[in-house]
Amino acid sequence: MKRRYTISVFTEDIVGLLNRVTIVFTRRKINIESIAASDSEVKGIHRYTIVVTESEDTVGKVTLQLEKQVEVIKAVYHLDEEVIHQEIALFKVPTSILLQGGEAEHIVRSHHARVLSVEAQFTVIEKTGHKHETQKLFEELEPFGILEFVRSGRVAITKPMRTLTSIVNELENKQYS
Amino acid sequence: MEALELTSNKETKTVKQMSGAQAVVHSLIAEGVDLIFGYPGGAIMPVYDALYDYENELNHVLVRHEQGATHAAQGYARASGKVGVCIATSGPGATNLITGIADAQIDSTPMVCITGQVASHLLGTDAFQETDVIGISMPVTKWNYQVTKASEIPGAIAKAFYIARTGKPGPVLIDITKDAQFETLEFSYKPFKGMRSYVTCPSLNLSKIKEAAGLINTAKRPLVLFGQGVILSGAESEFRRFIEKAGLPSAWTIMGLSALDSDHYLNVGMLGMHGNYAPNKLTNECDVLIAVGMRFDDRVTGDLSRYAKQAKVIHLEIDPAEVDKNVKADVAVLGDAKASLKLLYNLVEEEEHKDWLEEFRKLEFEEYTEVIHQELNPNGEDLTMGEVVSSINEYSKGKAIVVTDVGQHQMVSCRYAKFKQTRSLITSGGLGTMGFCLPAAIGAKFAAPNREVVAIIGDGGFQMTIQELGTIFQTKTPVKIVVLNNEFLGMVRQWQELFFDKRYASTTMVNPDFQQIVKGYEIKTKKVTEREQLNSAVKEMLEFEGAYFLEVRVGKENNVFPMVPTGASVSEIRLK
Ligand SMILES: Cc1ncc(C[n+]2csc(CCOP(=O)(O)OP(=O)(O)O)c2C)c(N)n1
Ligand SMILES: [Mg+2]
Repeated sequence: MKRRYTISVFTEDIVGLLNRVTIVFTRRKINIESIAASDSEVKGIHRYTIVVTESEDTVGKVTLQLEKQVEVIKAVYHLDEEVIHQEIALFKVPTSILLQGGEAEHIVRSHHARVLSVEAQFTVIEKTGHKHETQKLFEELEPFGILEFVRSGRVAITKPMRTLTSIVNELENKQYS
Repeated sequence: MEALELTSNKETKTVKQMSGAQAVVHSLIAEGVDLIFGYPGGAIMPVYDALYDYENELNHVLVRHEQGATHAAQGYARASGKVGVCIATSGPGATNLITGIADAQIDSTPMVCITGQVASHLLGTDAFQETDVIGISMPVTKWNYQVTKASEIPGAIAKAFYIARTGKPGPVLIDITKDAQFETLEFSYKPFKGMRSYVTCPSLNLSKIKEAAGLINTAKRPLVLFGQGVILSGAESEFRRFIEKAGLPSAWTIMGLSALDSDHYLNVGMLGMHGNYAPNKLTNECDVLIAVGMRFDDRVTGDLSRYAKQAKVIHLEIDPAEVDKNVKADVAVLGDAKASLKLLYNLVEEEEHKDWLEEFRKLEFEEYTEVIHQELNPNGEDLTMGEVVSSINEYSKGKAIVVTDVGQHQMVSCRYAKFKQTRSLITSGGLGTMGFCLPAAIGAKFAAPNREVVAIIGDGGFQMTIQELGTIFQTKTPVKIVVLNNEFLGMVRQWQELFFDKRYASTTMVNPDFQQIVKGYEIKTKKVTEREQLNSAVKEMLEFEGAYFLEVRVGKENNVFPMVPTGASVSEIRLK
């Protein structure tokens, strides 16, 4: 059965590694639904958060293939309920729709979205949440005219308590053969 | 892993000023390299210029095509256990390496490739002979890296060798921009000692070893499948002691061939599509299947849904990504085969499994009467490939290194060649690269100058890297080349006969006069068309000091049997 999984890949910070990571997916024709790259809590360790919808068997194998890559430190996968995850969406809308004091403003408020910037011609609204939440706001604002829309890849924090630092320590203390 | 750690990698004591190109040469020498295969061109010229001063320390073999350099490096690595090294220019030189790199990746062959690259300020400008070889080679290398500063060179090369030879070995590529080759650096060399993001070998788990031993000790019908892992970890004697103690019938993948003597009483033959009847059939009748350093390739397993379903599976494997990939393991023993086998040896009980072994003998006899006898003693006038291989066995006394190309002759060589020594069969297993054999044989001969190296090639594959006759000519490398000429792309023709109503689409080969071509390279030649000539020709070839080319005209439409057709189960193996 296919389900949505968040794969977290911890790597050395090296040019070209993103390519090696994505090849593991593209080679198997697995669609990457979203990908986010960032630092981690450990200095010098990079983190990719990748979302796919696949069977656990496939995700497990892909995770092992990721970990097999030289310079990938660790790769783990989790179901949605095992992570706290968010995406950020930015909306550029005509400022005029919000001035009318009517429905558009009500929608923004009811979604707990934030106004980031107000210019004469446009306003930028930010909404952070799960995809279905940012998507809902999108759908509700759409009739008023959205000038520009962007949504980030998912970022996720895992619930299990094993820390990256402990994993790294273990690897660094291993006798190199 | 011993076998793979022969390179000396010395640390240098002094710091010297030199160019990046010289640093490449010094780093290679520090790694214990004394032989490289390559082809020059613009972007790698500084390195070639530096090599010119080190001809005595570092022998460069000029091949005739960069693909040949990779296969020669592979042949060298496979025969010696050391890292094979090849070198090429940017652009077309680099792209010509890709087939060999992919072959080394899938067959876990340790190899370091060094390519020149356009100057760093030209990267991404579509400069002359610029190609993104890092991008192109990424899916088929174990690791690759682009050097743009001279100071990175010693470190990158040290890391390259470490990654190529440790763990599950594989090919790495270092791409060096031309300005980095010219730039000067303060050279000092430190061997690479390891990194946190690359675990070469998972640690042994004793409880898994105990569990495995427990299964083996209760097994009534155990079967061992072994692959190249036994050779890569230098575990041949540990393996033999283990199977002898527990009385385990053992079958091999073609990558594992020669790790166990052909005439060992527990050697029950070849697995897979054209393998032996007994081990294929009995895979589906054993109660415990013990896989050692093999990865259940589809050519070995046939239909996975009907593969050894009745058996408990033990998998000894160094690469965690291989466990459960194709066949689910009941007990996965991660680690280096040598270490695992040593521990297992202590825990298994002495057994003989006589009745079970008898079942193999019965099926062997069936295969002998139905297939082998005809192949080796044919009624017809046409020579068979099996007769040729068997004659080579006889006159080489099973001591030669046999290198094969890809096709019918490859399967026949693996089936009929006999070995007494490990690292004696070199073939392109995972990728099935036609054209592999001739250059790989050159590399093998450089690795083992005191051993006979016999290249067995089809008329098709011979023409894929035929230009390497030039390398043999120039270097006077005394390899023995046997072309089994059936005037067909035989293996494809066999499939057309069996599965495509004999519609021989583009498999007929109208061949040139190979004798004349080879004579142009001043290599001694002979052509055999009749049975009476065969043995004396093989004998003459093996007694001859230099390179020798023997062309044997074999039956045009002979087939290789037994066969597990695609999609069939191993137990549905056909004898005809
Ligand atoms: C580079 C490459 N191209 C195509 C193939 C597909 N192929 C596999 S075996 C074979 C025929 C080989 O013919 P030949 O070299 O004459 O050997 P034979 O089978 O006749 O012994 C072909 C075309 C391949 N393995 N490698
Ligand atoms: Mg042929």
